[in-house]
Amino acid sequence: MDSIIEITNLEKSFGSVVAARDINLKVSAGQVIGIIGANGAGKTTFVNMVTGYLKPSSGEIRYQGRDITGLAPEELTRIGLTRSFQIAQVFPALNTRDNVLMAVGATDKFRGRTRFLEPLSTPERYAKTARILEEYDLGSHALQIAGELPQGLRKLLDIAMAVASEPSVILLDEPTSGVSVSAKFETMDKIIGALKANEITALFVEHDMDIVARYADRVLAFVDGTIIADGTPDHVFSDIRVRELIVGEVIERAKADREEDNA
Amino acid sequence: MMTSDRTIPTITIVAALALVLGFVLPEWVLFLSNVAIGKALVVLGLLLLWRCGVVPFGQALFFAGGGYGVGLLGHYYGITDIFILTIVAAAVGGGLSALAGFLLARYRGIFFTMLSMAFSMILYGVLVKTEALGSTDGIGLKRITVLGWQPEEQFELAMYIYAVLLGMICAVLMHVYLQSVPGRLSEPIRGNEVRVEYMGMSVQRLMHINLIIAGIFAGLGGAVTAFSVGHIDPEMAYWTTSGGFVFITILAGTGSVLAPFLGAVIFEVIRTLAFSYVPDYWQIILGGALLLSIFFLPGGLWSLIAMAKGGKKNGLNY
Repeated sequence: MDSIIEITNLEKSFGSVVAARDINLKVSAGQVIGIIGANGAGKTTFVNMVTGYLKPSSGEIRYQGRDITGLAPEELTRIGLTRSFQIAQVFPALNTRDNVLMAVGATDKFRGRTRFLEPLSTPERYAKTARILEEYDLGSHALQIAGELPQGLRKLLDIAMAVASEPSVILLDEPTSGVSVSAKFETMDKIIGALKANEITALFVEHDMDIVARYADRVLAFVDGTIIADGTPDHVFSDIRVRELIVGEVIERAKADREEDNA
Repeated sequence: MMTSDRTIPTITIVAALALVLGFVLPEWVLFLSNVAIGKALVVLGLLLLWRCGVVPFGQALFFAGGGYGVGLLGHYYGITDIFILTIVAAAVGGGLSALAGFLLARYRGIFFTMLSMAFSMILYGVLVKTEALGSTDGIGLKRITVLGWQPEEQFELAMYIYAVLLGMICAVLMHVYLQSVPGRLSEPIRGNEVRVEYMGMSVQRLMHINLIIAGIFAGLGGAVTAFSVGHIDPEMAYWTTSGGFVFITILAGTGSVLAPFLGAVIFEVIRTLAFSYVPDYWQIILGGALLLSIFFLPGGLWSLIAMAKGGKKNGLNY
């Protein structure tokens, strides 16, 4: 299978601190990849580099065969590679519907589907917006101000806005962080179900191993800025280094999350 | 659901009423109205930038650019046709803002505000020190012609009709732009630039385009003012002139493209009355009006109309 993303010797340093090093990776179209690692392992740095938020210090990122190393976020979004954020990036003063409508309008603009000075609010865009809202179970919150949405719904809105740009690949940075433990599976069901239905390749950063085991076809384990294990969830979770350096820590963290949720 | 937008018919009706009124109003009111419309055009551009979350304190640069473009073309080349001069003023305002925009589009907050003021003060310095540009005395304009016809006795009325029609066209164009995809996307820049970038839009490019549009409107405002006053001087580029535009924006609010016209008229009325009746204290009167507006109408005068129509209390539509 051809790789949709190919990463070679990717590295990022902040002064003397090496945040990511020696990252080599091939991603096939349609895969759902879970990224695990302790805090500070380089997961978000990796996501930031692939999505243009950070410029790599060295190395190369290829997307559909094209070198995209160091391209700006808007250029990457235009060619079909986008992301969601650990802290949901929405327009807090607008309602949920208008947030998605903006993303739909921007997509039409960069895909050349708008006429000069055509209004944003057209029946076609409202219809598309409504479809996306339904897909992510946000329809009943369409007129709610985004800044007032609960964290879980705001995360869904963030992802819905990213998906409105019609990407081929999406990177999700902790899609269930801030979502209550009891609602995590439900949230992931919606997200992964919608991504698969739209044939979008997904890489998601996650601390909950149950989520990773259930939704990922493949797992990347990060330690000290590099990938120490790469394979199916069973293969990676049975790796002794992963069990020692990552799983032990995240089990502790998951316990703390559950206690907080119960409290 | 889509809601019906009655802004363009409203603009047309307001302009038609203003035109009819023009035939019964005294000349001094027509003159004041022309000056107010000149300012309103600048504030129309400011409204766009305000919605993006930036407050320029140097819009006088492009206002003066338009005025001087008109004045110098007449002074050195004898061109007096109102349509040619209007196009030149828009080009000068837009051209200057395109140049300044390469730097301004990168900054936000106080840095943007102060940088825009610095640019206008540089122009002010150049105008004051350059003999060929009229120095501190400025330049008197030649009488304007309209396709070869020179309005003599009806000059103020002719200028008023032109200003109202230009104001109407600009208000409609700005409204259309604000409803378009880039226009609507300009608003959330103030709330979340990162998200706009990840929607495939370059925030810097969008800001640059908006600065150019605001510069064109400011240039047109400079032209209308120059046509009516018949004189241009470096005061047009001074920072207090920019402050006046910011004053009107706060007073008017940014809820509608008609707000700048309402704000500019009220501003001119307050200023003229204060200057006539308490010439030594007119600044206190203006300052007091601004304070009252900020305390009681933070969304500007337009919020009263928005409230009457059942809109949001602060009159802001974002």
